Amino acid sequence: MARSNKPLVWSLFASGGTVAAFLIPALALVTLMAGYGHAPALLDYETMHGFASGWFAKFILFGVITLCLWHAAHRMRTALHGLGLRADKAVASIGYGIAAAGTMATVYYLLKI
Amino acid sequence: MSVKPYIRKVSKSTWYLSRRRDILHMIDETSSLFIGVYVLLLLMGLRALAEDEAAYLHYLEWLGSPFLLGFHWLVIASTLLNSISWFRSTPKAMRVQIGENIVPGYLIAAGHYVAWIMISLFIFYVAGVFSVG
Repeated sequence: MARSNKPLVWSLFASGGTVAAFLIPALALVTLMAGYGHAPALLDYETMHGFASGWFAKFILFGVITLCLWHAAHRMRTALHGLGLRADKAVASIGYGIAAAGTMATVYYLLKI
Repeated sequence: MSVKPYIRKVSKSTWYLSRRRDILHMIDETSSLFIGVYVLLLLMGLRALAEDEAAYLHYLEWLGSPFLLGFHWLVIASTLLNSISWFRSTPKAMRVQIGENIVPGYLIAAGHYVAWIMISLFIFYVAGVFSVG
């Protein structure tokens, strides 16, 4: 039987989509406040560093960043196909490549904190 | 008469422009670009946090640039649209049965909307949004 990576890609897409739908609007509002100079207390360096040092927070941050990255990569692939771009292999390589690099970078920075 | 009477040419790049629901679908699909770039922005914040305090403060200051402020508004608008369409489609993706009864689709969607509001309020509470003076 031929092996397929579709179930893996689809599970990352679906869970990433759910995470993005639940969290991204609220997170964007929090970082927007920081942009306007009214950063909430959690974004203070000491507080955020302390928060991100805990293993539970690392797990949450890893899940949010990487699942959303894989979701975006997979959905951009189908969106670009819908917009008429037929270079699927190149689009998939670039999108999943960025998602894979982002996943590795997330692990690296989380371990560094 | 045409040899293939039931086949008509449809543009590969503009097919969605003729129907409002298809235009909305494509706008919804492109929200993934904003999700992806926004998450990369968060990753850059994580990098700054892992570096040192100066880098992190510089990152927070950078978030205040006109380009990133505008980008944030686009992210919020497109991801709100994305969340609404994602939760609206949940009854099609998950079929819940309790005993002999199938839970109505509107209740599944409503449950997701309520959970979304509660999770958002929890994020604001944990972040300290309500105590910003």
